[in-house]
Amino acid sequence: MATKLLGERIKRKEDPRLIQGRGHYVDDIKLGGMLHMAFARSPYGHARITSIHTEAARNAPGVVAVLASGDLKGKLGQVPCAAGMKGLKVPHHPCLAEERVRYVGEPVVAVVATDRYLATDAAAQVEIEYEMLPAVTSMDKAIESGSTLVHESFGDNIAFRDQLEGGDWKTVESDSSVRVIKQRLINQRLGPVAMETRGVVASYSPGEDTLTVWSSTQVPHILKTQLSLMTGIDEPRCRVIAPEVGGAFGSKLNVYAEEGVACFASKLLGSPVKWIEGRRENLAGTIHGRDQINDLEVYYKPDGKVVGLKCRILADMGAYFQLLTPAIPTSTPLMILGCYDIPCVSVETIGVFTNKMATDAYRGAGRPEATYIIERAMNMVAHELKMDPVDVRTRNFPAAGKDVALATGVTYDTADYQKTLKKVLKISRYPQLRKEQQRLRKKGKLLGIGLSTYVEICAMGPSSRMPAGGWESGTVRVEPTGRVTVLSGASPHGQGEQTSFAQIVAQELGIPFDDVTVFHGDTAQVPMGIGTFGSRTTAVGGTAIYVAAQRIRKKMARIAAHKLEVKPGDVVFDEGTIQLKGGSKSVTFKKVAEEAYLAKHLPPGVEPGLSETYVFEPPNFTYPFGAHVAVTEVDEKTGEIRLRNYFAVDDCGRILNPMLVDGQVQGGIAQGAGQALVEDLIYDENAQLLTGSLMDYAIPKADLLPWLETANTETRTPVNPLGVKGVGEAGTIGSTPAIVNAVADALGVRHIDMPLKPERVWNILKQSARPGGEAA
Amino acid sequence: MKVRIRLNGNWREDDVEPRMLLVHYLREVAGLTGTHIGCETSLCGACTVLLNGDAAKSCTIFAVQADGAEITTIEGLGTDGNLHPLQQGFWEEHGLHCGFCTPGMILAAHQLLGRNPHPAREEIRHALEGNLCRCTGYQHIVKAIEWAVEHSGDRQAHQAAAAQAATTEPALKR
Repeated sequence: MATKLLGERIKRKEDPRLIQGRGHYVDDIKLGGMLHMAFARSPYGHARITSIHTEAARNAPGVVAVLASGDLKGKLGQVPCAAGMKGLKVPHHPCLAEERVRYVGEPVVAVVATDRYLATDAAAQVEIEYEMLPAVTSMDKAIESGSTLVHESFGDNIAFRDQLEGGDWKTVESDSSVRVIKQRLINQRLGPVAMETRGVVASYSPGEDTLTVWSSTQVPHILKTQLSLMTGIDEPRCRVIAPEVGGAFGSKLNVYAEEGVACFASKLLGSPVKWIEGRRENLAGTIHGRDQINDLEVYYKPDGKVVGLKCRILADMGAYFQLLTPAIPTSTPLMILGCYDIPCVSVETIGVFTNKMATDAYRGAGRPEATYIIERAMNMVAHELKMDPVDVRTRNFPAAGKDVALATGVTYDTADYQKTLKKVLKISRYPQLRKEQQRLRKKGKLLGIGLSTYVEICAMGPSSRMPAGGWESGTVRVEPTGRVTVLSGASPHGQGEQTSFAQIVAQELGIPFDDVTVFHGDTAQVPMGIGTFGSRTTAVGGTAIYVAAQRIRKKMARIAAHKLEVKPGDVVFDEGTIQLKGGSKSVTFKKVAEEAYLAKHLPPGVEPGLSETYVFEPPNFTYPFGAHVAVTEVDEKTGEIRLRNYFAVDDCGRILNPMLVDGQVQGGIAQGAGQALVEDLIYDENAQLLTGSLMDYAIPKADLLPWLETANTETRTPVNPLGVKGVGEAGTIGSTPAIVNAVADALGVRHIDMPLKPERVWNILKQSARPGGEAA
Repeated sequence: MKVRIRLNGNWREDDVEPRMLLVHYLREVAGLTGTHIGCETSLCGACTVLLNGDAAKSCTIFAVQADGAEITTIEGLGTDGNLHPLQQGFWEEHGLHCGFCTPGMILAAHQLLGRNPHPAREEIRHALEGNLCRCTGYQHIVKAIEWAVEHSGDRQAHQAAAAQAATTEPALKR
């Protein structure tokens, strides 16, 4: 085939509209008679609502409606949670708070007005009286008996307990050479902070009884089903459109109260209703990520071989469940052994209610926590044994060619951890870095070198293992003009699949890249779908499109062969033609498309039209892997850290467009660096949110990061015919431990908690400077 | 209150509430939705526009403060077939994913190159400190700006063409 597109660096189809400011995000949608909604929210972490006075708000200029929980009762369902597990306690989660508020930012009253300024004014005039109640913020305290309860009816704050056991612990316990490291690791709470906050426009047409919703979402089809269930509007009459979505990182893989209330208000008032989240609302009321406490025990032998891992995971749920809240930490035990052959594992996971916003999927969603645990464990073993962290890792890698079935019960697809490690050591010039480190140490300068060799689970996933379906749909339709429409049930929001999916189809059909247009995000256009998350879009959604394109090709081959009076097996597709091998007879692609619709000379048994939909059900997850090296300088006077170099070698399976892969890796590394260095979402002991604006919650700025040197290896997966693994989360998963390992290395300590603020580093420096002082 | 603003080369006059933010004026009154709102507190830079040639965060300026001023938004920079080198650079070098920060990022970069036509990488990063991007990790944005620097000849040609176009525009549009 002459048209080679897969594997090529091809500029994005998405960009021309976005670089000219001509894309349409939710807030850019304007409808006639559109009303605006604002919320009065809880200022307290835990309080009883004693009274709500809405008269002033109702009488404020431009106000059309003021809604409290009583107005919704029996008419709008609660915020849904799709995760189910044995013994799970699922809190009642009304869209507007009923008798109690349980976290700062919880919506209590909705105000709808003719203008967004007037809606905001009126929301400030809603008078809500609260009786403050003791709140619980710390998970350690929340699990104690007699703790303040987030939900009194549950009797305790434990949402679930989950136990994972594997291997023969007796051999570990009976081996007297085995040593143990006990360490508490804290995976702090983070804010996803997509640059576009959430937003929704709901438009109910009373005559037609139809609901159209534009929402900044990663899962339009799931949202459509859930909004139908919440509002009682018949699902065929509901349509959800995800327009341009300005970043999400998991935070828009959800169904939120505000979406439900907007639909309810639109139906009640018969007018379109828009709600656009403010940044303070975003930090308080959009899901948070991570927030685990990991009490870890690492069992290892004097040669560096790790023989067992025990961990108690406390996973902060927040006060209520969002769509996947309790499911997220269950990925952590599955991936806790990383890419190492560790024979024994024992992990207890406890989901804990606290008076905070719900946690849910945030870039990596349970797996960065696992990688942080195991990669810190490897470095702690190296620290205790005074070994090079490279040697500890290679000692624990599974033997080459060995089937990678783990004590956790997980079987990885394909891997070559030595290959990525060797490559990153080469591009980082690791031995020279170690020599430089020695030289600088003699001068009193602190240079740290940190390594992480990660494996992650992605391409979510087989439906049997997913809370709400793991398949994805793809439609390829050749139009009568010969141009090609591609529809994906995935819902990318910056990842660039309008480009990579067009590459797949154009190559398969031997037509120009520009002849293919990819759409996604509109449930009225795309028949069915799951969405974009869990690094699944190309591996699962791309495969669906690839197979649909193959079916189109087969059908077009039949029509063309009939016309050329040859066998279908003897034709090839190339440069916009379908021709007999050797080229003696040919017909244009366009002509065959036209023929399919005119339907006058179709071969017997061939249906008119050229549209194929395929739904791909992946047989397994995929397991991308890689090796990262971070180099950090620590200012010994101020404790300030400078990330000096960063090297990443990632293997995400087959690469369809190297530019897009690099973009995902780079962005991912930045987010992982954010967790390691600056990000920290903090509630005080009264459950007051202390980091409620971008003044207080830091995300990486352009000068935080050094030049990232990235490279790849390509180990194809057998899980899908494209051989693609997925790359959306890899960078984030690999980078956090690499950076923390580098700083611990610089300081010569076993452990230091994130984020690595100068204050924290300075305290360690001060401690270790004291005579006989040993930090951590 | 009446405001008279030269927006992307065209003068226009509008009646606005005194408290209306410039960004809402641009988006809601003038209908130019390429300028985005990411934080409403001038911390993220998504709303950056050029105000009399300087990068300014339009979410913390009242529309009435821009009375008599010249404003350039992303829509006024370049269009299909005649993209500004910065826009082209962002396309060539994968300087955007979701595109939400992009208009502000491009206009912040525009100010940088106006003041320093050949910035070092550190200078580019420093100049972008007021603009947050959550998708790219910034490196490809830096490369996009470097691309624009390398193609500054094209930019001058573009500016000459744009200046000529502006003088032939009708002076006041009501």
